[in-house]
Order: sequence, then structure tokens, then C-alpha cells
Amino acid sequence: MTNRDPMLLAMMGVVLGLLLVASLVTLALGRRAVDEAARASVADLRSRVFSSWWMCLVFSLALLAGKVMTVVLFAIISFRALREFITLTPTRRGDHRALFWVFFILTPLQYVMVGMDWYGLYSVLIPVYGFLFVAIRSAAAGESEGFLERAAKIQWGLMICVYCLSYAPALLNLEIRGYDGRGATLLFWLVLVTEVSDVLQYAWGRCCGRHKIAPVISPNKTWEGFLGGVACTTLMGAALWKATPFAPWEAAGMALGVALMGFAGGLVMSAIKRDRGVKDYGSFIGGHGGMLDRMDSLCFAAPVFFHLTQMHFG
Amino acid sequence: MVAAGFVGAANLLTGATIRWVGCSPEPRQRIYFANHTSNLDFVAMWAALPGEMRALTRPVAAHDYWTTSAVRHYVATRVFRGVLIERKKVTAHNNPIEPMLAAMGERHSLIIFPEGRRNTLPEIGEFKSGLFHLARKRPEVELVPVHIDNLNRILPRGEVLPVPLLSCISFGAPMHLGESEGKKEFLARAREAVIQLRHA
Repeated sequence: MTNRDPMLLAMMGVVLGLLLVASLVTLALGRRAVDEAARASVADLRSRVFSSWWMCLVFSLALLAGKVMTVVLFAIISFRALREFITLTPTRRGDHRALFWVFFILTPLQYVMVGMDWYGLYSVLIPVYGFLFVAIRSAAAGESEGFLERAAKIQWGLMICVYCLSYAPALLNLEIRGYDGRGATLLFWLVLVTEVSDVLQYAWGRCCGRHKIAPVISPNKTWEGFLGGVACTTLMGAALWKATPFAPWEAAGMALGVALMGFAGGLVMSAIKRDRGVKDYGSFIGGHGGMLDRMDSLCFAAPVFFHLTQMHFG
Repeated sequence: MVAAGFVGAANLLTGATIRWVGCSPEPRQRIYFANHTSNLDFVAMWAALPGEMRALTRPVAAHDYWTTSAVRHYVATRVFRGVLIERKKVTAHNNPIEPMLAAMGERHSLIIFPEGRRNTLPEIGEFKSGLFHLARKRPEVELVPVHIDNLNRILPRGEVLPVPLLSCISFGAPMHLGESEGKKEFLARAREAVIQLRHA
């Protein structure tokens, strides 16, 4: 174990405790559920809690194992999210070779560069070289029908699933005065704030949600859920300021930013889903984990958080 | 062992969801018939079956395609133990039905693609008559429609490098040839069964 930061272990302990409480609550609710509807919602809750345990464990172990394992974990997550995204996008035969490059060369390359801390390269690989190359390769294949849409959609997938998400493990590369070697703690803080933001927005929405924000795109998002969730997340992030290199009010500001971007990520990815006529990213073909559904908030929050942190300590 | 390697690679690559919609994976003698869009079709279907069933299930493949090189021949016959049949110049003496019946014997199941060749169009093509003749000769064998979704984007015709997308294989309810059912009606009914599976 290369990282023994006590704040990291403390946060992991807190999360473990929260998950235990959630499991017990689910168990209690399960005993009390009588009718079909109640039992169905308990089953849903149980599967969510179970998958939360699983994700928390894998993430924590990877973080504790060091930078390489963390980068590999996010590379795998990106790969699976990209797989779902591209399955959903209507590409044609002419995109086949470009897609091969996207999955097997551009994605691993991005993460190798993050792992090697070649910021000058990984910050431009996808937005410049990936962007241009995919378009060139598809054009060279000669199929013109829907060309612009196809090239744009593939680029979107690359940006969201690979580029944006890669800024999460990239946090481990930041050199921050007085915070050396604690990148893993910051990454854990980011992921924790992002996930808690989602949960709190959902909880506030369930208890007091009344005014919908964008009913066509996301029927579950309400102003009450949004404001309540964001406010509570800001407080929570500020409370954990010791885990970050920020002062308490700075941590609050960062947590606010993360919560806002997380909300935005959920909204945008929902818009894409509505456009394609699906409920969840994983369910388009058959029914799979729905990796992108879980990662949408982090994909939007990670690059902004990375940049703001870098700028602050520049 | 090579086959196990193929199965592992197939599962990784095709990200396939396997749905047993109309029947369950029992070791009964069956003829699985599916739409055909990619060379990955029978690898994916074969990988979808549980281990004991795989040993007793043989895919049916076109002789003219799979004997063009030593590698193809090896893969088709030794790795997957496929049945090679004639599809171009079919005569009474060199017809595809006899090798298929011989391969089935008492215990083996078959995987066939009644469209005859890989279809690049979005709609499922017309079914050739092999399925009808097999059903007539072996009426007790269950005919299971299978729908393979999205493999044509993973490995289209003419490509060698695969793109790892998600796919779905759905196994439907078994059917049998009706008492006085004609060839055209039966084949249309079978084709419809595969089409319906997509949304089942």
C-alpha cells in the first residue's frame, strides 16, 4: 500500500459506515414491505446498495494500490462507458476502422499518457489528434451518408467517456504545495462529493420535489431536489476540507462547482438518451451494467475540478 | 482448448447479453436457427451455450467459404467441429441435408443460418429451404429461433478487426413443423419468429 494518508482512510471508513447503514435500512425496509410495489422498490434499493458496495470496494482498493492501478481502473471504466455510448450511436460501415482506432489505440494511449504525466500530450490528444484523425479515417472510408453526424457523435463519445473521465486519475499528477503525495485523497474527495451530490439531489427530490426543471429531458429532476442537494453537498464538501489542499470556504466553493457540474452531466446525458429513445445507457441492447449512467456526473465534474485546482495552485 | 480461447475472446469482445426468452438451456437435441450478419455469429452463439451443451452442438458452415485456406479449414472443422455443406451447386447427390442429418445423429444439435449467407441489409432475408427439409426428416427435434443483434457492427462482412460494442442474443420458443404445413408457410413462420425475438 503506497498511500497511508489518514484522511483518505478516514473518508473510506465513513463511506463504509454509510454503506453499512444503508444496507441495514434496506434490510429493515425489506421486512416491512408488504405489497408488490413496496417489494419492487426495496428490490431496486437493494440492487443499488449492492452495486454501491461493489464500486466503492473496487475504487478504494485501486486507490490504495497506487497510481498505476487507479489509472488502469479508470481506463477500464472509460472503455465500458465508450462501448455503451458507441453502441447507442448510429455509426456506419465506413466508421468501422476509425472506431477500431478509437477503442484500441486512442483510449489506451490517453491513459498511458495520464499515467506518464505527459500533460502537454494528454490534454490535446483527443481534442486535436483524435478529433481530426477520426474524421479523416471515416472520410477515407468513403461513405458520405450522415458523415458529419457520425464524425461528431464519435467525437462526443471520445470526449465524454475518455477525455473528460481521464481527468479524474490525472488528479494524481498534480503537484500542490503542502499537499505532496496526497493526490489519491483528493481524488477520493472528488468522487465522494460527486456521488453524494447525486444521492442528495435524488433524496431531496423524492421528499420535497415539486417543480420540474426539464420535464421532457429528465422527469426526475426538480428544483427542490437540485437546490437542496447542491446546498447539502456544498456543506459536506466544506466539512471535509481537511482532506483537500483548500481552506474551508474554498472547499465549499469547489464542492459547489462539483455538484453543479454533476447535475449538468446528468442532464446532458439524459438529453442524449431521450434523443436516442432509451431509458438507460446499458439497456439499449439487451441490458448491461449501465456504466455511463453511473459516470455521467463524474465525467462533467472531473475536468473542471482538475482545471480549477491546477489554476488555483498554478 | 483453442475453442475455450475463442469463447473467452468472444465474450470479451461482443459484450453479449444472452436472453433465454422462450426456452431454457437444456441438453436436448435442437436445431438453432438464427439471422446471419457476421462471421462472429456462430462464435457468439456457441459461446452463449453452457459448456456441456457446447460439446454437443455443431455449427453448419458453407464448404466453399471455409475450405479456401488451411487456417479457415482448421477453425471450422477442428476447433468448432462444424458441418461443412454445399450451398452453391446443390444437386441430389451433393445436397446439404444429408451431411447435416448425419452430423446430428441421435444426440447432436445444430446451429444453422437459413439466410444462406451473411446479410448486410437491416431486414432479415428470405430463408432457404434447408430448415424445412430438416424439420420434415426429424420432426421430433425442437427448432429454436435465435436472434443475433448488433454483431454486424462488431465484425462486419469484409473486416478482420473487431470493434467491441454491445450485442444481444435471444433464444426463442421452440417450434415444430405443422402437420400439413407447406414449405413457404413454414419458412415464413420461422423467419417471423426470429424477427419477433428482437423486441420480445
